[in-house]
Amino acid sequence: MKITLNNNIEVIETSEDRLTINQLLQIKKYSFKNLVVKINGELVKRDSYDQAKFKEGDKVDVIHMISGG
Amino acid sequence: MKFSEIKSSLKNKTVGIAGCGGLGSNCAVSLARVGIGKLVIADFDVIEESNLNRQYFFFDQIGKYKAPTLKENLLRINPAVSVEDYVIKLTPKDIVELYKDCDVIVEAFDKAEMKEMIVETVLSEFPQKQIVCGVGLAGWGGNNLLRTEQYRNLFIVGDRSNETSEDNPPLAPRVGAVSNMMANVVLEILLGKDK
Repeated sequence: MKITLNNNIEVIETSEDRLTINQLLQIKKYSFKNLVVKINGELVKRDSYDQAKFKEGDKVDVIHMISGG
Repeated sequence: MKFSEIKSSLKNKTVGIAGCGGLGSNCAVSLARVGIGKLVIADFDVIEESNLNRQYFFFDQIGKYKAPTLKENLLRINPAVSVEDYVIKLTPKDIVELYKDCDVIVEAFDKAEMKEMIVETVLSEFPQKQIVCGVGLAGWGGNNLLRTEQYRNLFIVGDRSNETSEDNPPLAPRVGAVSNMMANVVLEILLGKDK
């Protein structure tokens, strides 16, 4: 599945037509604790990571928040 | 644009700054210097000696609350700025209440979970507002790793990877660089692109 992930074109290895954010986090082995996730510019809240789905051609942002200020 | 024109268009603008530590204090100072109309600043913490390696406070201010003390310092730089200060540990409800009339919101918290909380709150409660967020600023050097990335109304500024820790502390040069990059993004949002 070809998507735009964090402003880069990326091919996700999967046989599914649609993936949830949690599936993406597993496939990409993203283990960050604090995230901001968007699908096509729309915020996906943490409690929807299992429901919100994206498909071929979508723009997905998984922004890793780290401490420091 | 002449500086007088810049000042007159910034005069009617309000910027909300969440956190008055390294990012918040330095960003606020830059915005005050260029003549922003109003700043809404919030922080629950008091100034410690260890903060002076990067935060815009002075040795004789140790022990005071950051938000009202930052207000004092901002008014010494530019008495024309109106500053609303709050000693408060911000919750999503407070963020909506305090920052609803701001043109831009600057995320200047220290902890990652607070950064996540404010970005989630602003993007869901104020889908039209722009939020500028600092992510990755610990250590020194690596000037060219610092960058700005835009995700519609969310701007992320920093190197995106250097988390602060005992062995990777935040220091004035890099924190100052990121906080001023954030202030620079605020100006781009408020005045339009220049470069």
